[in-house]
Amino acid sequence: MHNISIQELEAIRDKMAPHINFRHEEMIGKMDDNYRIHVCVCGGTGCTSSGSETLIKVLNEELEKNGLTDQVQIVKTGCFGLCALGPIMIVHPEGSFYSRVTPEMIPEIVKEHLVGGKPVTKYLYKETVTENGTIGYDQTHFYAKQNRVALRNCGRISPEKIDEYIGTNGYFALKKVLTEMKPEDVIQVLLDSGLRGRGGAGFPTGLKWKFARAYDNDQKYVCCNADEGDPGAFMDRSVLEGDPHVVLEAMTIAGYTIGASQGYIYVRAEYPIAVKRLQIAIEQAHEYGLLGDNILGTGFKFDIGLRLGAGAFVCGEETALMTSIEGNRGEPRPRPPFPAEKGLFQKPSILNNVETWANIPQIILKGAAWFASMGTEKSKGTKVFALGGKINNTGLVEIPMGTTLREVIEEIGGGIPNGKKFKAAQTGGPSGGCIPAEHFDVPIDYDNLIAIGSMMGSGGLIVMDEDNCMVDIAKFFLQFTVDESCGKCTPCRIGTKRLLEMLERITKGQGKLEDLDKMEELCYYIKANALCGLGQTAPNPVLSTLRYFRDEYIAHVVDKRCPAGVCKDLLKFVVDKEKCVGCGLCMRNCPAGAITRTEYVAPGHKLASVEIDPDKCVKCGVCMGNCKFKAISKQ
Amino acid sequence: MDELRPVTTICYYDLGGKLHQMACKVTTVPFRGTKEQEEKLLAVIAELRDTPGALMPIMQRAQDIYGYLPIEVQTIIADQMNVPLEKIYGIATFYAQFALAPKGEYRISVCLGTACYVKGSQPVYDKISELLGIKEGECTPDGKFSLESCRCVGACGLAPVMMINDDVYGRLVPDMIPDILKKYE
Ligand SMILES: Cc1cc2nc3c(=O)[nH]c(=O)nc-3n(C[C@H](O)[C@H](O)[C@H](O)COP(=O)(O)O)c2cc1C
Ligand code: FES
Repeated sequence: MHNISIQELEAIRDKMAPHINFRHEEMIGKMDDNYRIHVCVCGGTGCTSSGSETLIKVLNEELEKNGLTDQVQIVKTGCFGLCALGPIMIVHPEGSFYSRVTPEMIPEIVKEHLVGGKPVTKYLYKETVTENGTIGYDQTHFYAKQNRVALRNCGRISPEKIDEYIGTNGYFALKKVLTEMKPEDVIQVLLDSGLRGRGGAGFPTGLKWKFARAYDNDQKYVCCNADEGDPGAFMDRSVLEGDPHVVLEAMTIAGYTIGASQGYIYVRAEYPIAVKRLQIAIEQAHEYGLLGDNILGTGFKFDIGLRLGAGAFVCGEETALMTSIEGNRGEPRPRPPFPAEKGLFQKPSILNNVETWANIPQIILKGAAWFASMGTEKSKGTKVFALGGKINNTGLVEIPMGTTLREVIEEIGGGIPNGKKFKAAQTGGPSGGCIPAEHFDVPIDYDNLIAIGSMMGSGGLIVMDEDNCMVDIAKFFLQFTVDESCGKCTPCRIGTKRLLEMLERITKGQGKLEDLDKMEELCYYIKANALCGLGQTAPNPVLSTLRYFRDEYIAHVVDKRCPAGVCKDLLKFVVDKEKCVGCGLCMRNCPAGAITRTEYVAPGHKLASVEIDPDKCVKCGVCMGNCKFKAISKQ
Repeated sequence: MDELRPVTTICYYDLGGKLHQMACKVTTVPFRGTKEQEEKLLAVIAELRDTPGALMPIMQRAQDIYGYLPIEVQTIIADQMNVPLEKIYGIATFYAQFALAPKGEYRISVCLGTACYVKGSQPVYDKISELLGIKEGECTPDGKFSLESCRCVGACGLAPVMMINDDVYGRLVPDMIPDILKKYE
């Protein structure tokens, strides 16, 4: 293949755009093939885990049997967002949204819908089916309030085909930058747009690029942070899996802007699908000459290399990430010098998060004003969140900045399952905090979240209900930071360990009231003295739970009780003697032989009730789970 | 089973004609690397040695070849790259993905990411640990199962989640574990 020219790029877009629009709005332009139906099947990690590969196989077989292979096109896309209902399959042009699809449903869907033209209503996502027929999935609670900018191509294109990306105006931002804009113009657009980094700290992207551009050097680097360390967050992964080219295009734009010819993407090794799609994308971009020498015939040169992480959370921190790309233990370096001056291999470098990159081509094409029209005063645009935990619609959502937690949890997320009560939402992962119900109506943006003791972080949003113990959650995150502390600085290495030990004592019922104040003091000490962001933010989960859920701590310390019934050492299983009918099922199933019969027969019952010996009980909960009479409870 | 736990010993290596020594943890499982594996590794090193930051990619490929990174393999890399063994060992022990001891035929990895944790993956993990009689990073004596925890496999919609090699199991409760393990016995 030769380097394609701008005319050839335009020709590919004009050819492909109708295909992409077919899966989107009303048809524009004419397609050059006979496919009258597009079946989009999610090939993201969530749906792949619930079996979407098998679906594609069965679908292919059924199309073959029915002689439809030249009429129906199967598109394996990235994530649609509603992972809870996976695997998901959407049939266009109708946009019929099939959820929790099993291989057994496929023959019927092919026969009734693809051949017969009638969607199989019983397999459709329930919310799209109303009394007056079906509605578009973009009108459901989950999708209606979303605004997909960074995720715009996820679920719409095949991530393994560069032509489909070009069909969405892909690589046209790069063309615009290379042919019409000076580096200063690009920086100005980013500054005007108000785009702030999506990796956690929210630093203005335009400013970061401006600093790096200002340092003179023959070699500079552009890096992409795809380490996504927050456990329970998968925004970046979904962008990489669903739309890898957008990251390549944006990094190339940055190369031109700051004066770099080499980029690196540092991606978590635990993301095999994302790695594979990135490899394919880089290869295809090379074939078209959209990476390499003389891009689009403009003389500009840029290349991108892939580096795999190896499971160290601290490597998400910018200086540690660069040390790791250099092939070393990923320990952070003191700043200054900042990476803009001395970064990767001691050269001026920039590092941006995947989602930050995914916004940039759109900003270039649609303009700073368009982007700045979304969001709040100081936080522009949209933010992707990974909704997880105790919420009905787990999945990925992209909302304008300024949306409230209430809207996200109650409307988009569909509320808490099993009629349980909301307790807290955790944002910012191990660096963030827990937000209680009293802040449900705070508009979500960088500054508001910090003000209420949490932070935006990269976008993990985990919902917790009354069954979650906040002391246990604080302990969970501290355990994480203790495991992941790199050990370079003492406040983090030893401070977090001491903090964890205090929490462990509290969950075992050995805590004292003055421990709470001591813990707070230690938290502030660690925050002030740790070398890098990991240590500086590690106490946040403890501080925020102490701030909002101090009564739970006090229950553990003073009453030796875990109100949520999580902390095993404080649990007691007890039999309600009035309810117990004496059937003996629990006695037979108790692995510890802790249950014995008493002599008490409750009025109206024939057999004597049982009791549990707390010294023998291993607190497995089997008895409670098995009791048909709800006579056993934990306290 | 004890022989599968790493033990601390002294290793010797040669750098620039001088003998150096270092204390390190090694597995007591005998090294069974083959000639082919070594040739593959040497080819990888030849291919990557001049790329900037080559050590990590080389070690990752070495782990693909051998399944783990015993001190013998670390020594080959140190010799070939002409760097102290300490440096290789330092990297190998820094990153969670590098394994100093071999893993089981079936690698069980339970997600303890936040989404899975709040939905109860710890009890699932504890159940497996209890049934197999092994702890984090260990392997059953017959070499069949090894157990580790991981942080978010990206299938939070299915929480709690575990993986056995490439198979993903979701929406787990501890009671499902015995039947799942039976499939692999
Ligand atoms: C301990 C620690 C872990 C981090 N992990 C990540 C991460 O996984 N992904 C990410 O994009 N940024 C992470 N960051 C933030 C980065 O240091 C950096 O600010 C960011 O990648 C810059 O990109 P942005 O300006 O586009 O957000 C982490 C920071 C710290 C201190
Ligand atoms: S937290 Fe377990 S899959 Fe994401």
